[in-house]
Amino acid sequence: MIVAEKKAPIAERLMNGDRNAVARLITWAENGDGRFPKALAQFYPQVGKARRLGVTGPPGAGKSTLVNELVGHLRTQDRSVGVLAVDPSSPFTGGALLGDRIRMESRTSDPKVFIRSMASRSSHGGLARATIDACDVMDAFGFDDVLVETVGVGQAEYDVVSAADTVVVVLCPGAGDSIQAMKSGLLEVADVLVVNKDDMPGAQRLAADLGEAIHIRLAGRGKWITPVVMCSAGRGTGIEDVAKAIEEHRSFLGEMGLKQARNTKRVGQVRMVASEWVDQAVWSPEPRWNGTTCAAHVQQELSAGSTPYDIARNLRDAIMAGKLQDQPELREQA
Amino acid sequence: MPNTTRIIRVLIGKPGLDGHDRGAKTVASVLRDHGMEVIYSGLHKTPSEIAEAAAQEDVDVVGLSILSGAHMSLFPRVRDELASRGKEDVLLVGGGIIPAEDMAELENDGFAKLFGPGTNTDDIAEWIKTEMKKRFEAEGEDA
Ligand SMILES: Nc1nc2c(ncn2[C@@H]2O[C@H](COP(=O)(O)OP(=O)(O)O)[C@@H](O)[C@H]2O)c(=O)[nH]1
Ligand SMILES: [Mg+2]
Repeated sequence: MIVAEKKAPIAERLMNGDRNAVARLITWAENGDGRFPKALAQFYPQVGKARRLGVTGPPGAGKSTLVNELVGHLRTQDRSVGVLAVDPSSPFTGGALLGDRIRMESRTSDPKVFIRSMASRSSHGGLARATIDACDVMDAFGFDDVLVETVGVGQAEYDVVSAADTVVVVLCPGAGDSIQAMKSGLLEVADVLVVNKDDMPGAQRLAADLGEAIHIRLAGRGKWITPVVMCSAGRGTGIEDVAKAIEEHRSFLGEMGLKQARNTKRVGQVRMVASEWVDQAVWSPEPRWNGTTCAAHVQQELSAGSTPYDIARNLRDAIMAGKLQDQPELREQA
Repeated sequence: MPNTTRIIRVLIGKPGLDGHDRGAKTVASVLRDHGMEVIYSGLHKTPSEIAEAAAQEDVDVVGLSILSGAHMSLFPRVRDELASRGKEDVLLVGGGIIPAEDMAELENDGFAKLFGPGTNTDDIAEWIKTEMKKRFEAEGEDA
């Protein structure tokens, strides 16, 4: 009988340079697999060395093409790069066509580059959690830079990219989307604004408009003034300027600023995960509250004439006072 | 605990020189419509590029499409490249213009299923779902 060879724990394999461990841990993160937090506990001491860049903007602006160029730029400096490319899932079928990779295909055979496509799946908090986890995996593996691409269409995507140290927003001329982006708050998350496709008419004009919008918004000393940089990712021109603007943002933050910003973001992550777990535990199908499920208890209270606010207040107080019943699966999860 | 309602991840690969990917793209979008997450490799990929992408993406399924007639050399090379990356467990399927005897040979040689040119794309999706359901259910704690 052949006895299967026991593999080393996955976190160990990750830290020893096993690329399949990167891939599998990201899968676990995406699936909310209970094994992920346990593995993370082992590799977490290695997290914190990678520089994290978020790239967002409307569909078709050229994010994937730019990410591919930025990877090329980093490779000329012999930096290793992990890329996470997020594309939307269909809200109807849950399926997704993940098309970003095709713009970066020339990198697939580079052993210092690792590209992972992720679908946004359904839940808003879930995506942000999974991408932060995936960044942590790539960071612990030892990639010098981690780049995250998401479509900038809503709050979920802002949450995702704002976990990065520096956020690049990519716009392009000729798309009504860019105007929309200016209105919808995409500018607020930008540390660097890129006007891509400067080979097309209207790029100069868009850059000027954006510059104006930023200066109106960001007057004040000691603050980072978001630069507007033009490039053509498609032709590979202006990429150095984009890279330089990213560098400048990093220098502006400095060691201390970066550390502080990262700590603040970790607080946000803990808050997000804890809320998710509390929510799951409280609303589980197990009896939780006075011998019944929370949902049933709430219905009883409603029939008894309580208002939604009264019930919610009681529930909050019961949670805070530890009055809900023991929640074994919560302990297991941790 | 293994999760049996997991989303199936698929890489559709086009090895070799033929420049027709309408079929591959159609299959990709049908699988998407069946709730899978699908990555398309693009045209003219080497077996090693396809296997490397499959490894990075940690896909459950690799589907190869070929019309050039070079399947008997290229398909086994993709299989070997997957194995050399420790990915011999992926569900490997193929399609295109492939004679019945070649299909039979490949199915004896590491390929789970070959689909001929007339296959209904929904049937392909259903076949993959059934197969993956079994696999997810059988999956243990080992990773
Ligand atoms: N003219 C022009 N087209 C570009 C440029 N960069 C990207 N594109 C094209 O814009 C389209 C969308 O690019 P992609 O990178 O996929 O955009 P994403 O959706 O933001 O990731 C593709 O057809 C690209 O070839 C550019 O600098 N100039
Ligand atoms: Mg893209």
